[in-house]
Amino acid sequence: MSLHELYQEMIVDHSRSPRNFHKLQEKAQNLEGYNPLCGDKFTIYASFKGKKISDLSFEGNGCAISTASASLMTEFMKNKSFDEAESIIAEFQRLVTGGELKGVDLGKLQVFEGVQEFPIRVKCAVLAWHTLRSLLHGERKAVTTE
Amino acid sequence: MMVRKDFPIFNIKVRGKPLVYLDSAATTQKPQVVMDTLNKYYSSQNSNVHRGVHYLSELATKEYEAAREKVQKFIHAKDSREIIFTRGTTESINLVAQTFGRERVQEGDEVLITHMEHHSNIVPWQILCSEKKAHLKIAPINQKGELLIDEFKKLVNPKTKIVGIAHVSNALGTINPIKEIVSFCHDHGVPVLVDGAQAASHLKVDVEALDCDFYTLSGHKIYGPTGIGVLYGKLKHLEKMPPYQGGGDMIKSVTFEKTIYNDVPFKFEAGTPNIAGAIGLGSALDYLSALNMEKVQKYEEELLKYMEEQLLTLPKIKLIGRAEKKAALQSFIVENIHPHDVGTILDQEGVAVRTGHHCAQPVMNFYGVPATVRASLGIYNTKEDISLLVLALKKVFEVLG
Ligand SMILES: Cc1ncc(COP(=O)(O)O)c(C=O)c1O
Repeated sequence: MSLHELYQEMIVDHSRSPRNFHKLQEKAQNLEGYNPLCGDKFTIYASFKGKKISDLSFEGNGCAISTASASLMTEFMKNKSFDEAESIIAEFQRLVTGGELKGVDLGKLQVFEGVQEFPIRVKCAVLAWHTLRSLLHGERKAVTTE
Repeated sequence: MMVRKDFPIFNIKVRGKPLVYLDSAATTQKPQVVMDTLNKYYSSQNSNVHRGVHYLSELATKEYEAAREKVQKFIHAKDSREIIFTRGTTESINLVAQTFGRERVQEGDEVLITHMEHHSNIVPWQILCSEKKAHLKIAPINQKGELLIDEFKKLVNPKTKIVGIAHVSNALGTINPIKEIVSFCHDHGVPVLVDGAQAASHLKVDVEALDCDFYTLSGHKIYGPTGIGVLYGKLKHLEKMPPYQGGGDMIKSVTFEKTIYNDVPFKFEAGTPNIAGAIGLGSALDYLSALNMEKVQKYEEELLKYMEEQLLTLPKIKLIGRAEKKAALQSFIVENIHPHDVGTILDQEGVAVRTGHHCAQPVMNFYGVPATVRASLGIYNTKEDISLLVLALKKVFEVLG
Protein backbone atom coordinates (compact mmCIF):
# COMPACT_ATOMS: atom_id res chain seq x y z
CA MET A 1 0.00 0.00 0.00
CA SER A 2 1.70 3.18 -1.03
CA LEU A 3 0.74 6.80 -0.74
CA HIS A 4 1.94 7.41 -4.25
CA GLU A 5 -0.58 4.89 -5.54
CA LEU A 6 -3.31 6.90 -3.90
CA TYR A 7 -1.99 10.34 -4.69
CA GLN A 8 -1.05 9.71 -8.32
CA GLU A 9 0.27 12.66 -10.28
CA MET A 10 -2.95 13.06 -12.23
CA ILE A 11 -5.00 13.12 -9.03
CA VAL A 12 -2.77 15.72 -7.43
CA ASP A 13 -2.89 17.78 -10.61
CA HIS A 14 -6.69 17.71 -10.87
CA SER A 15 -7.07 18.47 -7.18
CA ARG A 16 -4.86 21.54 -7.51
CA SER A 17 -6.40 22.79 -10.72
CA PRO A 18 -9.81 21.23 -11.14
CA ARG A 19 -11.29 21.23 -14.65
CA ASN A 20 -14.83 22.40 -15.46
CA PHE A 21 -14.83 24.16 -12.14
CA HIS A 22 -17.68 26.64 -12.62
CA LYS A 23 -21.44 26.91 -12.81
CA LEU A 24 -23.24 26.01 -16.02
CA GLN A 25 -25.46 28.57 -17.64
CA GLU A 26 -29.00 28.15 -18.83
CA LYS A 27 -31.30 25.28 -18.12
CA ALA A 28 -28.61 23.31 -16.34
CA GLN A 29 -29.71 21.00 -13.56
CA ASN A 30 -27.76 20.99 -10.37
CA LEU A 31 -27.54 18.95 -7.23
CA GLU A 32 -25.47 19.18 -4.09
CA GLY A 33 -23.47 16.27 -2.70
CA TYR A 34 -22.21 16.40 0.87
CA ASN A 35 -19.95 14.20 2.94
CA PRO A 36 -20.73 15.19 6.53
CA LEU A 37 -17.81 13.25 7.94
CA CYS A 38 -15.14 15.39 6.34
CA GLY A 39 -17.16 18.35 5.16
CA ASP A 40 -16.65 17.74 1.42
CA LYS A 41 -19.36 19.64 -0.40
CA PHE A 42 -19.84 19.84 -4.17
CA THR A 43 -22.52 21.02 -6.51
CA ILE A 44 -22.68 19.13 -9.78
CA TYR A 45 -24.18 20.95 -12.79
CA ALA A 46 -25.39 19.03 -15.83
CA SER A 47 -27.14 19.90 -19.08
CA PHE A 48 -28.93 17.19 -20.98
CA LYS A 49 -29.72 16.92 -24.68
CA GLY A 50 -32.05 14.08 -25.56
CA LYS A 51 -30.80 11.12 -23.55
CA LYS A 52 -27.28 12.45 -23.34
CA ILE A 53 -25.18 14.50 -20.93
CA SER A 54 -24.27 17.47 -23.10
CA ASP A 55 -22.33 19.43 -20.51
CA LEU A 56 -21.05 18.87 -17.00
CA SER A 57 -19.31 21.01 -14.41
CA PHE A 58 -18.91 21.37 -10.66
CA GLU A 59 -18.13 23.73 -7.83
CA GLY A 60 -17.34 23.27 -4.19
CA ASN A 61 -14.78 22.23 -1.70
CA GLY A 62 -13.21 18.98 -0.68
CA CYS A 63 -10.11 16.87 -0.21
CA ALA A 64 -7.71 15.98 -3.01
CA ILE A 65 -9.43 12.67 -3.74
CA SER A 66 -12.98 14.02 -3.91
CA THR A 67 -11.96 17.10 -5.91
CA ALA A 68 -9.91 15.16 -8.44
CA SER A 69 -12.66 12.60 -8.76
CA ALA A 70 -15.26 15.27 -9.50
CA SER A 71 -12.92 17.01 -11.93
CA LEU A 72 -12.07 13.85 -13.89
CA MET A 73 -15.71 12.84 -13.86
CA THR A 74 -16.82 16.08 -15.52
CA GLU A 75 -14.26 15.50 -18.28
CA PHE A 76 -15.02 11.86 -18.79
CA MET A 77 -18.80 11.91 -18.68
CA LYS A 78 -19.43 14.71 -21.14
CA ASN A 79 -21.38 13.46 -24.16
CA LYS A 80 -22.10 10.08 -22.62
CA SER A 81 -25.60 8.70 -23.02
CA PHE A 82 -27.63 8.04 -19.88
CA ASP A 83 -27.13 4.30 -20.30
CA GLU A 84 -23.39 4.63 -20.76
CA ALA A 85 -23.22 6.93 -17.78
CA GLU A 86 -25.00 4.42 -15.56
CA SER A 87 -22.64 1.61 -16.43
CA ILE A 88 -19.56 3.83 -16.00
CA ILE A 89 -20.75 5.00 -12.58
CA ALA A 90 -21.29 1.40 -11.49
CA GLU A 91 -17.89 0.34 -12.84
CA PHE A 92 -16.17 3.26 -11.11
CA GLN A 93 -17.80 2.22 -7.85
CA ARG A 94 -16.43 -1.32 -8.36
CA LEU A 95 -12.98 0.05 -9.17
CA VAL A 96 -12.62 2.04 -5.97
CA THR A 97 -14.13 -0.60 -3.71
CA GLY A 98 -12.11 -3.45 -5.17
CA GLY A 99 -15.12 -5.15 -6.75
CA GLU A 100 -14.99 -7.40 -9.79
CA LEU A 101 -14.73 -5.22 -12.90
CA LYS A 102 -17.08 -5.82 -15.81
CA GLY A 103 -14.82 -4.49 -18.53
CA VAL A 104 -16.43 -1.07 -18.96
CA ASP A 105 -13.81 1.31 -20.36
CA LEU A 106 -12.79 3.72 -17.61
CA GLY A 107 -9.86 5.34 -19.45
CA LYS A 108 -7.92 7.70 -17.19
CA LEU A 109 -10.29 7.03 -14.33
CA GLN A 110 -8.11 3.97 -13.68
CA VAL A 111 -5.88 6.25 -11.57
CA PHE A 112 -8.42 5.85 -8.77
CA GLU A 113 -7.63 2.16 -8.41
CA GLY A 114 -5.40 2.90 -5.40
CA VAL A 115 -8.40 4.13 -3.42
CA GLN A 116 -9.46 0.53 -2.72
CA GLU A 117 -6.47 0.20 -0.40
CA PHE A 118 -7.82 3.10 1.67
CA PRO A 119 -11.37 2.06 2.59
CA ILE A 120 -12.18 5.22 4.53
CA ARG A 121 -11.40 7.29 1.45
CA VAL A 122 -13.90 5.49 -0.80
CA LYS A 123 -16.60 7.95 0.22
CA CYS A 124 -14.44 10.80 -1.01
CA ALA A 125 -13.91 9.16 -4.38
CA VAL A 126 -17.57 8.38 -5.02
CA LEU A 127 -19.20 11.57 -3.75
CA ALA A 128 -19.42 13.34 -7.11
CA TRP A 129 -20.46 10.12 -8.82
CA HIS A 130 -23.34 9.43 -6.47
CA THR A 131 -24.47 13.00 -6.91
CA LEU A 132 -24.39 12.69 -10.69
CA ARG A 133 -26.34 9.44 -10.54
CA SER A 134 -29.03 11.07 -8.41
CA LEU A 135 -29.16 13.96 -10.84
CA LEU A 136 -29.66 11.53 -13.72
CA HIS A 137 -32.47 9.89 -11.77
CA GLY A 138 -34.14 13.26 -11.41
CA GLU A 139 -33.62 13.52 -7.67
CA ARG A 140 -33.67 17.02 -6.27
CA LYS A 141 -32.68 16.43 -2.70
CA ALA A 142 -29.03 16.88 -1.72
CA VAL A 143 -27.05 13.66 -1.61
CA THR A 144 -25.09 12.74 1.48
CA THR A 145 -22.70 9.88 2.01
CA GLU A 146 -23.88 9.13 5.53
CA MET B 1 5.64 11.06 32.59
CA MET B 2 6.97 7.54 32.66
CA VAL B 3 3.64 5.85 32.08
CA ARG B 4 3.82 4.41 28.57
CA LYS B 5 4.59 0.98 29.95
CA ASP B 6 1.21 1.06 31.73
CA PHE B 7 -0.60 1.18 28.37
CA PRO B 8 -0.43 -2.11 26.45
CA ILE B 9 -1.67 -0.48 23.23
CA PHE B 10 1.80 0.95 22.69
CA ASN B 11 3.09 -2.55 22.03
CA ILE B 12 1.23 -2.69 18.73
CA LYS B 13 2.65 -1.64 15.39
CA VAL B 14 0.64 0.49 12.99
CA ARG B 15 1.50 -0.29 9.37
CA GLY B 16 4.82 -1.60 10.64
CA LYS B 17 5.57 1.55 12.62
CA PRO B 18 5.28 2.40 16.31
CA LEU B 19 1.96 3.96 17.27
CA VAL B 20 2.03 7.73 17.69
CA TYR B 21 -1.32 8.36 19.32
CA LEU B 22 -2.35 12.00 19.16
CA ASP B 23 -6.10 11.55 19.37
CA SER B 24 -6.77 11.38 23.09
CA ALA B 25 -9.42 14.11 22.82
CA ALA B 26 -11.52 11.61 20.86
CA THR B 27 -10.83 8.85 23.33
CA THR B 28 -7.88 8.01 25.56
CA GLN B 29 -6.03 4.72 25.65
CA LYS B 30 -6.55 2.57 28.72
CA PRO B 31 -3.98 1.59 31.32
CA GLN B 32 -3.56 -2.09 32.22
CA VAL B 33 -5.12 -1.54 35.67
CA VAL B 34 -8.42 -0.57 34.10
CA MET B 35 -8.47 -3.75 32.00
CA ASP B 36 -7.48 -5.78 35.05
CA THR B 37 -10.30 -4.23 37.05
CA LEU B 38 -12.86 -5.10 34.36
CA ASN B 39 -11.47 -8.59 34.18
CA LYS B 40 -11.59 -9.02 37.95
CA TYR B 41 -15.13 -7.70 38.08
CA TYR B 42 -16.43 -10.09 35.43
CA SER B 43 -14.44 -13.05 36.73
CA SER B 44 -15.07 -12.75 40.43
CA GLN B 45 -17.61 -10.06 41.30
CA ASN B 46 -20.20 -9.99 38.52
CA SER B 47 -23.78 -9.62 39.65
CA ASN B 48 -26.62 -7.13 39.45
CA VAL B 49 -26.57 -4.23 41.87
CA HIS B 50 -29.08 -3.09 44.49
CA ARG B 51 -31.15 -6.22 43.95
CA GLY B 52 -30.07 -9.51 45.42
CA VAL B 53 -29.44 -10.51 48.97
CA HIS B 54 -26.73 -12.90 47.90
CA TYR B 55 -22.99 -12.61 48.32
CA LEU B 56 -22.17 -11.52 44.78
CA SER B 57 -24.88 -8.91 44.57
CA GLU B 58 -23.66 -7.37 47.77
CA LEU B 59 -20.10 -7.37 46.48
CA ALA B 60 -21.00 -5.81 43.11
CA THR B 61 -23.12 -3.17 44.84
CA LYS B 62 -20.27 -2.33 47.17
CA GLU B 63 -17.82 -1.95 44.29
CA TYR B 64 -20.28 0.10 42.23
CA GLU B 65 -20.99 2.46 45.12
CA ALA B 66 -17.27 2.68 45.90
CA ALA B 67 -16.77 3.88 42.30
CA ARG B 68 -19.33 6.60 42.93
CA GLU B 69 -17.30 7.77 45.91
CA LYS B 70 -14.12 7.75 43.85
CA VAL B 71 -15.76 10.08 41.35
CA GLN B 72 -17.02 12.26 44.19
CA LYS B 73 -13.50 12.63 45.58
CA PHE B 74 -11.92 13.09 42.16
CA ILE B 75 -14.06 16.10 41.29
CA HIS B 76 -14.40 17.21 44.90
CA ALA B 77 -18.18 17.02 45.24
CA LYS B 78 -19.68 17.41 48.69
CA ASP B 79 -21.85 14.32 48.65
CA SER B 80 -21.68 11.04 46.74
CA ARG B 81 -25.42 11.34 46.04
CA GLU B 82 -24.51 14.18 43.69
CA ILE B 83 -22.81 11.68 41.35
CA ILE B 84 -25.07 10.06 38.75
CA PHE B 85 -23.69 7.44 36.39
CA THR B 86 -24.70 7.93 32.76
CA ARG B 87 -23.45 6.72 29.38
CA GLY B 88 -21.28 9.80 29.00
CA THR B 89 -21.35 13.54 28.59
CA THR B 90 -23.95 13.38 25.84
CA GLU B 91 -26.42 11.56 28.03
CA SER B 92 -25.59 13.76 31.01
CA ILE B 93 -26.45 16.94 29.11
CA ASN B 94 -29.61 15.43 27.63
CA LEU B 95 -30.66 14.37 31.12
CA VAL B 96 -30.34 17.91 32.44
CA ALA B 97 -32.06 19.45 29.40
CA GLN B 98 -34.98 17.03 29.59
CA THR B 99 -35.57 17.24 33.35
CA PHE B 100 -34.21 20.41 34.90
CA GLY B 101 -34.40 22.31 31.63
CA ARG B 102 -37.89 21.18 30.77
CA GLU B 103 -39.28 22.40 34.08
CA ARG B 104 -37.37 25.64 34.13
CA VAL B 105 -37.49 26.87 30.56
CA GLN B 106 -40.80 28.24 29.29
CA GLU B 107 -42.03 30.01 26.18
CA GLY B 108 -39.97 33.11 25.38
CA ASP B 109 -37.14 32.14 27.77
CA GLU B 110 -33.51 31.84 26.75
CA VAL B 111 -30.80 29.22 27.03
CA LEU B 112 -27.28 30.59 26.68
CA ILE B 113 -24.33 28.62 25.30
CA THR B 114 -21.11 29.64 23.53
CA HIS B 115 -19.86 29.50 19.97
CA MET B 116 -17.26 26.87 20.86
CA GLU B 117 -19.55 24.10 22.10
CA HIS B 118 -19.48 20.48 21.01
CA HIS B 119 -22.68 19.41 19.22
CA SER B 120 -23.69 17.56 22.39
CA ASN B 121 -23.87 20.87 24.25
CA ILE B 122 -25.88 22.45 21.41
CA VAL B 123 -28.43 19.96 20.14
CA PRO B 124 -30.06 18.96 23.48
CA TRP B 125 -30.71 22.67 24.11
CA GLN B 126 -32.05 23.15 20.59
CA ILE B 127 -34.48 20.29 21.15
CA LEU B 128 -35.59 21.83 24.44
CA CYS B 129 -35.91 25.33 22.96
CA SER B 130 -37.96 24.18 20.01
CA GLU B 131 -40.26 22.19 22.28
CA LYS B 132 -40.75 25.17 24.59
CA LYS B 133 -40.66 27.93 21.97
CA ALA B 134 -37.64 29.32 23.80
CA HIS B 135 -34.52 30.86 22.25
CA LEU B 136 -30.98 29.54 22.09
CA LYS B 137 -28.47 32.38 22.49
CA ILE B 138 -24.83 32.07 21.49
CA ALA B 139 -22.00 33.95 23.19
CA PRO B 140 -19.33 34.90 20.63
CA ILE B 141 -15.60 34.08 20.55
CA ASN B 142 -12.58 35.96 19.16
CA GLN B 143 -10.08 34.89 16.50
CA LYS B 144 -7.84 33.35 19.14
CA GLY B 145 -10.71 31.11 20.14
CA GLU B 146 -11.44 32.77 23.48
CA LEU B 147 -14.88 33.49 24.82
CA LEU B 148 -15.72 37.21 24.69
CA ILE B 149 -16.56 37.43 28.32
CA ASP B 150 -18.08 40.91 28.20
CA GLU B 151 -20.36 39.88 25.35
CA PHE B 152 -21.28 36.77 27.29
CA LYS B 153 -22.24 38.87 30.30
CA LYS B 154 -24.36 41.17 28.16
CA LEU B 155 -26.36 38.17 26.99
CA VAL B 156 -27.36 37.17 30.54
CA ASN B 157 -30.74 38.71 31.32
CA PRO B 158 -33.88 37.87 33.28
CA LYS B 159 -35.06 35.56 30.49
CA THR B 160 -31.88 33.46 30.69
CA LYS B 161 -32.86 30.23 32.41
CA ILE B 162 -29.73 28.12 32.05
CA VAL B 163 -26.18 28.42 30.74
CA GLY B 164 -24.27 25.55 29.11
CA ILE B 165 -20.53 25.95 28.61
CA ALA B 166 -17.51 23.75 27.94
CA HIS B 167 -14.77 23.76 30.54
CA VAL B 168 -12.31 23.00 27.74
CA SER B 169 -13.18 23.26 24.04
CA ASN B 170 -12.57 20.04 22.12
CA ALA B 171 -11.91 21.84 18.83
CA LEU B 172 -9.75 24.72 20.09
CA GLY B 173 -8.36 23.61 23.44
CA THR B 174 -9.51 26.85 25.09
CA ILE B 175 -9.95 26.70 28.87
CA ASN B 176 -12.95 28.82 29.79
CA PRO B 177 -12.99 30.96 32.97
CA ILE B 178 -15.66 28.85 34.62
CA LYS B 179 -15.36 30.28 38.10
CA GLU B 180 -15.92 33.82 36.89
CA ILE B 181 -18.80 32.76 34.68
CA VAL B 182 -20.56 30.77 37.38
CA SER B 183 -20.20 33.55 39.90
CA PHE B 184 -21.58 36.11 37.43
CA CYS B 185 -24.47 33.86 36.43
CA HIS B 186 -25.35 33.08 40.02
CA ASP B 187 -25.45 36.80 40.78
CA HIS B 188 -28.17 36.90 38.13
CA GLY B 189 -29.93 33.79 39.38
CA VAL B 190 -28.87 31.63 36.42
CA PRO B 191 -27.69 28.03 36.92
CA VAL B 192 -24.71 26.76 34.91
CA LEU B 193 -23.99 23.37 33.36
CA VAL B 194 -20.30 22.78 32.63
CA ASP B 195 -19.33 20.26 29.93
CA GLY B 196 -16.19 18.78 31.41
CA ALA B 197 -15.62 16.07 28.78
CA GLN B 198 -12.29 17.58 27.71
CA ALA B 199 -11.22 18.98 31.05
CA ALA B 200 -11.18 16.32 33.71
CA SER B 201 -8.29 14.31 32.26
CA HIS B 202 -6.07 17.41 32.00
CA LEU B 203 -6.98 19.76 34.86
CA LYS B 204 -7.68 19.30 38.52
CA VAL B 205 -11.45 19.69 38.72
CA ASP B 206 -13.08 20.97 41.89
CA VAL B 207 -16.83 21.34 41.43
CA GLU B 208 -17.25 22.81 44.86
CA ALA B 209 -14.77 25.59 44.12
CA LEU B 210 -16.23 26.14 40.64
CA ASP B 211 -19.66 26.23 42.28
CA CYS B 212 -21.27 25.06 39.03
CA ASP B 213 -24.74 23.52 39.20
CA PHE B 214 -23.96 20.61 36.89
CA TYR B 215 -20.73 19.08 35.59
CA THR B 216 -20.39 16.27 33.06
CA LEU B 217 -17.70 13.66 32.36
CA SER B 218 -17.09 10.91 29.82
CA GLY B 219 -15.26 7.89 31.21
CA HIS B 220 -13.62 7.01 27.91
CA LYS B 221 -11.90 10.40 27.71
CA ILE B 222 -10.32 9.99 31.13
CA TYR B 223 -8.58 6.62 30.65
CA GLY B 224 -11.70 4.66 31.62
CA PRO B 225 -14.04 2.40 29.64
CA THR B 226 -16.52 3.51 26.98
CA GLY B 227 -20.22 3.63 27.76
CA ILE B 228 -19.82 5.16 31.20
CA GLY B 229 -19.97 8.80 32.22
CA VAL B 230 -20.97 11.06 35.01
CA LEU B 231 -23.42 13.81 35.75
CA TYR B 232 -22.59 15.81 38.82
CA GLY B 233 -25.48 17.94 40.06
CA LYS B 234 -26.01 19.95 43.20
CA LEU B 235 -28.16 17.98 45.57
CA LYS B 236 -30.67 20.83 45.89
CA HIS B 237 -31.36 20.58 42.14
CA LEU B 238 -31.29 16.79 41.86
CA GLU B 239 -33.81 16.37 44.64
CA LYS B 240 -36.33 18.60 42.89
CA MET B 241 -35.78 17.32 39.36
CA PRO B 242 -38.26 14.87 37.83
CA PRO B 243 -36.83 11.51 36.70
CA TYR B 244 -35.32 11.16 33.23
CA GLN B 245 -36.15 7.58 32.34
CA GLY B 246 -38.56 5.24 34.06
CA GLY B 247 -37.86 1.62 34.96
CA GLY B 248 -36.25 -0.58 37.55
CA ASP B 249 -33.94 0.78 40.24
CA MET B 250 -35.33 4.30 39.98
CA ILE B 251 -38.43 3.51 42.04
CA LYS B 252 -39.27 2.81 45.66
CA SER B 253 -42.64 1.25 45.02
CA VAL B 254 -44.84 0.70 42.02
CA THR B 255 -48.55 0.04 41.76
CA PHE B 256 -50.59 0.64 38.64
CA GLU B 257 -52.08 3.65 40.37
CA LYS B 258 -48.99 5.29 41.76
CA THR B 259 -45.23 5.03 41.68
CA ILE B 260 -42.95 6.46 44.31
CA TYR B 261 -39.57 7.40 42.93
CA ASN B 262 -36.34 6.37 44.54
CA ASP B 263 -33.96 8.81 46.20
CA VAL B 264 -31.16 10.62 44.47
CA PRO B 265 -28.99 9.41 42.73
CA PHE B 266 -30.92 6.19 41.99
CA LYS B 267 -33.92 8.18 40.71
CA PHE B 268 -31.75 9.00 37.67
CA GLU B 269 -30.28 5.54 37.13
CA ALA B 270 -33.17 3.59 35.64
CA GLY B 271 -32.43 0.02 34.66
CA THR B 272 -29.32 -2.05 35.20
CA PRO B 273 -26.45 0.41 34.98
CA ASN B 274 -23.05 -0.08 33.38
CA ILE B 275 -21.69 -1.68 36.53
CA ALA B 276 -18.38 -2.84 35.07
CA GLY B 277 -17.92 0.55 33.39
CA ALA B 278 -18.44 2.45 36.63
CA ILE B 279 -15.99 0.22 38.50
CA GLY B 280 -13.51 0.52 35.61
CA LEU B 281 -13.87 4.29 35.68
CA GLY B 282 -13.18 4.23 39.40
CA SER B 283 -9.91 2.43 38.80
CA ALA B 284 -8.93 4.92 36.08
CA LEU B 285 -9.48 7.77 38.56
CA ASP B 286 -7.39 5.94 41.16
CA TYR B 287 -4.66 5.60 38.58
CA LEU B 288 -4.75 9.32 37.73
CA SER B 289 -4.87 10.38 41.37
CA ALA B 290 -1.80 8.28 42.07
CA LEU B 291 -0.01 10.13 39.26
CA ASN B 292 -1.27 13.38 40.79
CA MET B 293 -3.39 15.67 38.63
CA GLU B 294 -1.24 18.71 39.32
CA LYS B 295 1.77 16.88 37.90
CA VAL B 296 -0.30 15.69 34.94
CA GLN B 297 -1.38 19.25 34.21
CA LYS B 298 2.15 20.58 34.40
CA TYR B 299 3.55 17.84 32.21
CA GLU B 300 0.90 18.29 29.55
CA GLU B 301 1.23 22.09 29.58
CA GLU B 302 4.92 21.78 28.76
CA LEU B 303 4.28 19.21 26.08
CA LEU B 304 1.58 21.36 24.48
CA LYS B 305 3.93 24.32 24.40
CA TYR B 306 6.57 22.17 22.74
CA MET B 307 4.06 20.94 20.17
CA GLU B 308 2.97 24.49 19.30
CA GLU B 309 6.59 25.57 18.90
CA GLN B 310 7.41 22.60 16.72
CA LEU B 311 4.36 23.07 14.50
CA LEU B 312 5.28 26.73 14.03
CA THR B 313 8.68 25.74 12.65
CA LEU B 314 6.91 24.23 9.64
CA PRO B 315 5.91 26.35 6.67
CA LYS B 316 2.29 26.53 5.48
CA ILE B 317 0.84 25.49 8.83
CA LYS B 318 -1.80 27.68 10.37
CA LEU B 319 -2.67 27.06 14.00
CA ILE B 320 -6.33 27.37 14.91
CA GLY B 321 -7.07 28.01 18.56
CA ARG B 322 -4.50 30.32 20.12
CA ALA B 323 -6.15 31.12 23.42
CA GLU B 324 -3.93 32.28 26.30
CA LYS B 325 -5.20 29.41 28.42
CA LYS B 326 -5.29 26.07 26.67
CA ALA B 327 -5.27 22.39 27.44
CA ALA B 328 -3.63 19.50 25.68
CA LEU B 329 -4.56 19.95 22.04
CA GLN B 330 -3.78 21.95 18.93
CA SER B 331 -5.93 22.27 15.84
CA PHE B 332 -4.30 23.35 12.60
CA ILE B 333 -4.67 23.44 8.86
CA VAL B 334 -2.05 22.99 6.16
CA GLU B 335 -2.35 25.61 3.43
CA ASN B 336 -3.94 24.23 0.27
CA ILE B 337 -4.08 20.69 1.57
CA HIS B 338 -7.33 19.32 2.89
CA PRO B 339 -7.19 17.96 6.47
CA HIS B 340 -8.50 14.63 5.26
CA ASP B 341 -5.49 14.17 2.98
CA VAL B 342 -3.17 15.22 5.81
CA GLY B 343 -4.82 12.60 8.03
CA THR B 344 -4.38 9.81 5.51
CA ILE B 345 -0.70 10.56 5.00
CA LEU B 346 -0.01 10.87 8.75
CA ASP B 347 -1.80 7.57 9.27
CA GLN B 348 0.58 5.88 6.85
CA GLU B 349 3.36 7.03 9.16
CA GLY B 350 1.66 5.53 12.20
CA VAL B 351 0.53 8.93 13.46
CA ALA B 352 -3.10 9.02 14.63
CA VAL B 353 -4.70 12.47 14.58
CA ARG B 354 -8.29 13.52 14.23
CA THR B 355 -9.37 15.27 11.06
CA GLY B 356 -12.80 16.70 10.49
CA HIS B 357 -15.13 19.14 12.16
CA HIS B 358 -14.73 17.57 15.63
CA CYS B 359 -18.49 17.72 16.22
CA ALA B 360 -18.13 21.48 16.42
CA GLN B 361 -19.35 22.71 13.04
CA PRO B 362 -20.10 26.23 14.31
CA VAL B 363 -16.41 26.55 15.23
CA MET B 364 -15.40 25.45 11.72
CA ASN B 365 -17.81 27.99 10.21
CA PHE B 366 -16.37 30.71 12.43
CA TYR B 367 -12.90 30.10 10.99
CA GLY B 368 -14.26 29.50 7.50
CA VAL B 369 -12.75 26.03 7.20
CA PRO B 370 -14.57 22.76 6.50
CA ALA B 371 -12.35 20.85 8.88
CA THR B 372 -9.08 20.94 10.78
CA VAL B 373 -6.38 18.51 11.81
CA ARG B 374 -6.29 18.10 15.57
CA ALA B 375 -3.38 16.68 17.52
CA SER B 376 -4.36 16.02 21.12
CA LEU B 377 -2.26 14.85 24.03
CA GLY B 378 -2.51 12.44 26.90
CA ILE B 379 -0.26 11.46 29.80
CA TYR B 380 1.54 8.86 27.66
CA ASN B 381 2.68 11.28 24.95
CA THR B 382 6.29 12.40 24.73
CA LYS B 383 8.42 14.88 22.83
CA GLU B 384 9.39 11.95 20.65
CA ASP B 385 5.75 11.66 19.51
CA ILE B 386 5.80 15.30 18.52
CA SER B 387 9.03 14.89 16.57
CA LEU B 388 7.40 12.00 14.72
CA LEU B 389 4.36 14.19 14.00
CA VAL B 390 6.64 16.83 12.53
CA LEU B 391 8.45 14.27 10.39
CA ALA B 392 5.11 12.91 9.17
CA LEU B 393 3.95 16.43 8.28
CA LYS B 394 7.09 16.84 6.20
CA LYS B 395 5.99 13.72 4.35
CA VAL B 396 2.67 15.48 3.63
CA PHE B 397 4.56 18.29 1.92
CA GLU B 398 6.58 15.72 -0.01
CA VAL B 399 3.52 13.89 -1.35
CA LEU B 400 1.16 16.81 -1.89
CA GLY B 401 3.29 19.93 -1.35
C1 LIG C 1 -16.36 19.03 24.71
C2 LIG C 1 -17.11 17.75 24.49
N1 LIG C 1 -18.37 17.64 24.90
C3 LIG C 1 -19.07 16.51 24.75
C4 LIG C 1 -18.55 15.41 24.13
C5 LIG C 1 -19.39 14.18 23.96
O1 LIG C 1 -18.92 13.16 24.75
P1 LIG C 1 -19.45 11.67 24.60
O2 LIG C 1 -19.42 11.36 23.14
O3 LIG C 1 -18.49 10.87 25.39
O4 LIG C 1 -20.83 11.66 25.15
C6 LIG C 1 -17.24 15.46 23.67
C7 LIG C 1 -16.66 14.29 22.99
O5 LIG C 1 -16.34 14.24 21.86
C8 LIG C 1 -16.51 16.66 23.86
O6 LIG C 1 -15.25 16.75 23.41
